[in-house]
Amino acid sequence: MLQLEKEHMTPQTIIDITIPELLGKVRELQGQGFRLVQICCSRLPDKLEMHYSFDLDYQFTSLRLTLLDTEKPVPSVSGICFPAFLYENEIHDLYGVKIEGMAIDFKGNFYQKTMVSPFNPPAPVAKSEGEDKP
Amino acid sequence: MSNRTVIPFGPQHPVLPEPIHLDLVVEDEKVIEAIPSIGFIHRGLEKLVEKKDFIDYVYVAERICGICSFIHGLTYCMAVEEVMKIEVPDRAQYLRTIWSELSRIHSHLLWLGLTADSFGFESLFMQSWRLRELILDIIEETTGGRVIFGSCKVGGARRDISSAKLDEIMKKLRSYQAEMNMIGEVFLNDVTVKHRMQGVGMLSKADAKSLGAVGPMLRASGVAMDIRMMGYASYGKIGFTPVVETAGDCYARCKVRIREIDASIDIIEKCVEMIKDGPIEVKVTGTPNGEFFARSEQPRGEAVYYAKANGTKFLQRLRVRTPTFANIAPLLATLKGCQLADVPVIVLTIDPCISCAER
Repeated sequence: MLQLEKEHMTPQTIIDITIPELLGKVRELQGQGFRLVQICCSRLPDKLEMHYSFDLDYQFTSLRLTLLDTEKPVPSVSGICFPAFLYENEIHDLYGVKIEGMAIDFKGNFYQKTMVSPFNPPAPVAKSEGEDKP
Repeated sequence: MSNRTVIPFGPQHPVLPEPIHLDLVVEDEKVIEAIPSIGFIHRGLEKLVEKKDFIDYVYVAERICGICSFIHGLTYCMAVEEVMKIEVPDRAQYLRTIWSELSRIHSHLLWLGLTADSFGFESLFMQSWRLRELILDIIEETTGGRVIFGSCKVGGARRDISSAKLDEIMKKLRSYQAEMNMIGEVFLNDVTVKHRMQGVGMLSKADAKSLGAVGPMLRASGVAMDIRMMGYASYGKIGFTPVVETAGDCYARCKVRIREIDASIDIIEKCVEMIKDGPIEVKVTGTPNGEFFARSEQPRGEAVYYAKANGTKFLQRLRVRTPTFANIAPLLATLKGCQLADVPVIVLTIDPCISCAER
């Protein structure tokens, strides 16, 4: 658990979790009265990180989920916190993360975009020999 | 079962300055469900952080929105300053607070004008925007810009305001306040305005909390939550009480914004009284390494900036959660069961800023 502090600010807590723990932790925070602040995804050199951030009386807690394999589906938390469907559709569209069971699934059409997962583009595929030749 | 019809609302609509689309499922004139679509103008500004120096990015952050531009820049700076453990001088914090509150006043006046326009009260719209111009004049006198201030930087502020100027600003604000209260009276007491807003677009306290509403949308439903209570910039020294209403309808949201204009003027007055001479910036050396969620209260509600840095001059990730994005889910709840003719007013009462949401 990581604590981030500023003199006049309430401390922030970041808790590392795994996919199987996600729904249980979110339900636990929801039960304690926390409200969902945001969900975001970050692309790091060899992995993706997702943050599920919650707030209770200005106390900020973020659940950090590390994804080594973007093909592995992540369960949707929108069944517990309804507004999560907006963030989950955004992450699906921009990063290509597979999220299962969203309350409203836009099936990749939440954002009007010209390329697939623009914030996490798929690695280029090497052309086969002679492919460039007319 | 009666016939259901889907009526598209937006992305281009007279009441919307920016594009958002709602599929309104209606039975006769009653809205049964609303399904949103955004992303028509998504700009990918978060991605740009990978190619812009962390010092320069504040210019981009300010351009996320043309209304709350200063607070976007401020929140970005707060995130980077926390990652780099930079202590911003007191005077800069007071200046940041003054500009933040001027932003809030002009944003609320803009909203009041748009709302008056949405129900066809054109003279009220013009009076609201006339007063907003006077606030923009103060902003221009102190920063050089009317929309993009360019006065916030990592480590402090770019410009100072002299004591004489601060006193002059206070005198002007107090004289404008009388006029603002006059138009406020019309919004709160005029029969036609009340008819369009009272009991319309209800959001209960429990729904406001569970659906993640922020800003005036949340406070109008009786939840006393305002990120300024956390004490960022100089709010901690000034002391501050959130403006709260309990009715949870469009009228309550309007009332919160009108009362917040007065509260903002009081905050600026306290800043002017408490600000002391001193430096307005510290030298920034090194590069950021770490992560932080910075939060601020924009005119529309809570903004969250997540900055993650790895010791280079480019941030690894910048995430901007804007208040309009958070208010989409509560908006859908308020639209359920309303009359089709009330949709534009209800949509306006979240004060939608799509350019923020499409950062």
